[in-house]
Amino acid sequence: MKKNVYKLFWPWQFEQEEQWLKQCSSRGMQLIDVGFMRYTFEMDNPEVYNYKVELLNYWPTHAESESYIRFVEETGAEMVGSMMRWVYFRKAKRLGAFDLFSDRESKIKHLNRVLALFVPLFVMELVLGLMNVSIPRTMNRVVGILALLVCALIGYGVYKILMKRSQLKKEHVIFE
Amino acid sequence: MEQAALTEAVYYILLSLIKPMHGYGIMQKVEEMSGGRVRLAAGTLYGALNTLLEKDWIEALSMQGEERKKNYKITYLGYNALLSEIKRLDELIKNGTMIMEALSNEKECL
Repeated sequence: MKKNVYKLFWPWQFEQEEQWLKQCSSRGMQLIDVGFMRYTFEMDNPEVYNYKVELLNYWPTHAESESYIRFVEETGAEMVGSMMRWVYFRKAKRLGAFDLFSDRESKIKHLNRVLALFVPLFVMELVLGLMNVSIPRTMNRVVGILALLVCALIGYGVYKILMKRSQLKKEHVIFE
Repeated sequence: MEQAALTEAVYYILLSLIKPMHGYGIMQKVEEMSGGRVRLAAGTLYGALNTLLEKDWIEALSMQGEERKKNYKITYLGYNALLSEIKRLDELIKNGTMIMEALSNEKECL
């Protein structure tokens, strides 16, 4: 039996998303596919899984990504779905701990990929917003304010990721 | 040749690849060698293997017959890097124990 759940996670909340999927799994809901804001669960699989979400450099069908996904799958995990460049892996809990990154360096690199996704968007929305707000017509004002609101939201996301990254970098000074 | 310290992950990967091994094998070997302390995650290991391949410190062996997993092995260059790292670590340990022993001897005299 399958069940679709619609839920919104912002891309900078991928760790919360992983936690949520893990909780769902321990309640008997196993993620088997993803779409835009859509999570498809199977309800009759008693196995408990750990889930990991990663933003790849390329789309999952790219040769580089395919080789990476195969490598991860060889370690006992499986890819259950993807959403643009985001991929969702799971590994049965009884097969041991599941992590994609075990050092600060690769965690920082991953955060940088997520940042690269948002910084251009942030700048674009900011320019669009400021330009439209400065034009004294109602329509432009409305578009401009909307763009600035989107900009603020993305800015919040960028801030969250930067905080996470600087925490990792701080530890890097002392530890390898 | 001067060489900076290797990361723990790279050190253990090179040490595992004295014998040909596939990715998952490396993860298990490293965990076993370190008594469960060092756990390499798949993404981190993949990145490290690619960097080591680029540096020619390891090589990917061509897949034979039934094999479905890619095997890797250390190269001459990698072997040398590993040797000089062991020397460097040895120096660190020697200095550490020497100074600590001297300290405990001093305390005994007091």
